[in-house]
Parts: sequence; C-alpha cells; structure tokens
Amino acid sequence: MSEQILDARNLLCPLPVIRTQNQVETMSKGDTLCVYCTDHGVINDIPAWCRINGHEILSIDEQEYEIVIRVRVGECR
Amino acid sequence: MTINLNDKTRRKAVALVSGGLDSMLAVKVLQEQGIYVEGINFFTGFCIEGHTHAIRKKDRDKPKRNNALWVAEQLGIKLHILDVSEDYKDVVINPKHGYGANLNPCLDCKGFMVKKATAWMRKNDFDFLVTGEVVGQRPMSQRKDTLPVISRESGAGDLLLRPLCAKLLPETLPEREGWVDREQLLDFSGRGRKPQILLAEKYGFKEYAQPAGGCCFLTDANYSSKLADLWQARGEKTYDIDDIVILKVGRHLRPKPHFKLIIAREEGETNFLRGYRKNYISMNTVSHSGPISLIDGKPDDEDLEFAARLLARFCSGRNADFVTVKVLQRNGESTNINVKPLTADEILQEWYV
Ligand code: SF4
Repeated sequence: MSEQILDARNLLCPLPVIRTQNQVETMSKGDTLCVYCTDHGVINDIPAWCRINGHEILSIDEQEYEIVIRVRVGECR
Repeated sequence: MTINLNDKTRRKAVALVSGGLDSMLAVKVLQEQGIYVEGINFFTGFCIEGHTHAIRKKDRDKPKRNNALWVAEQLGIKLHILDVSEDYKDVVINPKHGYGANLNPCLDCKGFMVKKATAWMRKNDFDFLVTGEVVGQRPMSQRKDTLPVISRESGAGDLLLRPLCAKLLPETLPEREGWVDREQLLDFSGRGRKPQILLAEKYGFKEYAQPAGGCCFLTDANYSSKLADLWQARGEKTYDIDDIVILKVGRHLRPKPHFKLIIAREEGETNFLRGYRKNYISMNTVSHSGPISLIDGKPDDEDLEFAARLLARFCSGRNADFVTVKVLQRNGESTNINVKPLTADEILQEWYV
C-alpha cells in the first residue's frame, strides 16, 4: 500500500478532479492519494467523483487558502 | 426488468454527459433497456462548470456543484472527465464549419467530442456511443442535415445512437443488431423542451440543469468579444489556458491597441490575479486601497504611466491629486510612481473590451 501526493494547487475545477482521476488510474486498490488544492470547489467535486467511481474519502482538511483531501483508492477497472 | 450484472453479453455504451437534462435522459432511456452505461465528459478550457465560481469571493461561499458529476451520480454511472484542452485549440482556431452566433464552433466541436469518445470506446472495449442530441434543437450542431455530418466526420458512423430522436433518424447498428429496441426509443424534435420535461417527470428527476445558450463560454457574446480582441491585438489566433481563464476575470480595458489592463473587481479576483504576477507586468495602488491590475501586451514607460492613471481611477483615491502606484515587472523588480488619476470623462467607453 503506497501513499502518493498530488499537487493540484492553483488549478481550477474540474482540473483537480481530472488530475486526481489520472493519478488514481495508475495506483492500486488500498493505496492513498493526498491531494493539495486551492479551489474550494474540490470540496464538492472530488467526493462526488469518488462516490461514483468507487473510491473513499478518508479526510478533508479545509484551511483558508488550501484544502487537503485524502482518498483511498477503491476497485479499479 | 431484471438485469444480470455478470452477463457477458450485456452491451456497454459510453455516453457523452454534459451535465444537462438531455444527456441525462438519453442515458436513462438506455438503462431502462438494460444497457450498461458509463459517462464521458470533456474539459475544453471553456466549460461553464467550475472556474469563475472559484474566483469571485461572493460565489466561493456557495460553491456550485459540477453538473456532469452530479448527473452521473443520479444515474448511478461512472464518469470519466477527459482534458482535451490542448487538442481543442484547433477546433476553436480553425473550425472547418465556421462559428455560430459568437465564437462557438458547435458543429466542429460536436464532431471533435464524438471522435474522442469513439477512440475511448474502442480503447475500453465498449460497444457503442450515446449522445443526448435532439433533431432541430440547436441551430448549428443539431439540425437534421448536420447530425449525419457529426456521425460521419467523427468516424463513429452507425455506432452513434441518439436515443431521444432515434426514431426520426436512420437505424443504427445497436438497433439493427437488436442490442436496443428501436420501438422504445424516442422521436423528440425541435427547440421545445416539453417532451424532455415530461420524460424527466416520468423518471422522477426533480432537479436538473437547463443550460440556456449552450454548454460553454464560447456562446457568450461578452466572452467572445474578449477572445476576438485578444486575437486582434496579437495579430494571430492563438491562446493558452491562462489566457482563456483570465478572459473570465475582471474588467478588461484596452486604451491602446498594444496593451490592455485587467482590473480586479473584488477581493476574490484580486487574490486570483496575484497568482499571475510572474506572467504579466502588474500594478497596485499603495497610497490608497484599490484593486490589482495585470497589464497584457507590450507597454513602454509612457504607457505604464497612463495605465497607472487609469488604475488610480478605480481606487479609493480617485479624486485625490496624486496616487502612488507600484509597478511590478515580471522579474520581480518594482518602482513606485505618483500619478494623477484619470477623470471619469477621460475613460472612454470603447476601451471596455
Ligand atoms: S456550446 Fe460550446 S461546448 Fe457546446 S457544442 Fe457549442 S462549442 Fe461545443
């Protein structure tokens, strides 16, 4: 089980979701991806993307200028 | 209908999901026939979803949902969002079929998206493609004579099924092969929305997005005029992602052909434009509170002084004798200059892009 980091700061939605999606595709079930973002839209969009694609949100840490979302990778196709 | 999820003969369709009602209904019609559907959505750089709501502070408190993701969740389908912004430039810059009312190259755009979806379908072993297009719905891309152009030029051919108007179109392969029952497909046409609304009621969809003009900023007259101005000033039709994002932010004023000011309208835009100070000369007032401005183009010293006077008009010292403006070069070097703010009459309406 690996933990990876994705820097999606200064990207506007839906780009952080796309980068998350593309990185998750290279990972295995049970791995963790930690996504750093600045667009607050990710608080809706990354969890929605996870729900429909079978991944799990472990935590959302929202600061004034930065949001950190940890995703546990689920079953990949 | 009982659906066996392990059935290897179960057909798989990939649907173009925009986030609007039509593609939502098209997917549902197929799901009712037991077809397995996944969605695909394209990021072109001009999408209405996202972007501006992330910039303006007043909008940040109520972040909008991404409609395509929301629709996928309502339908219980997977959604793949593809970043096609690089390849899409050619569609915007050189549309073979021209533009619509603004800089929207709808017919080329639809062909491009269906082509990308066809490639995705083949790579991922899906059987056919679905769109929510309706004959006669849109003046350019959804006419009886242009729907076949999209099927043909995209290379999708008769693998492209439009469930909402299929009965008005020639049979496609999924219908001929009996993967879907043509009788249960629909015959919607024209610009009216009534049949869609009734069908949404039948399926119990209470909430859905109804984009008015189209699905992207290129259908917006103000946005298109800013893009046209950018091309005119550069002397060539080019852009990168930063350019098209910045066109959505701030007031754009072009006092001279070779430079323009992008002036933040509020705190959220000021914070956003600050992130671009390495790419542009920027200015802000230091003696009085006021917005930041980026300067796009090739201004000389005299132009910068004029830009500073213009910016000073938008700060709290607009009626002061002098305002101190900090000019920051891309390399981080800065100078302060004292300028007299332009008067309201000196700012010409035609400078507003
Ligand atoms: S409105 Fe925009 S995204 Fe929609 S078809 Fe036209 S150009 Fe493409």
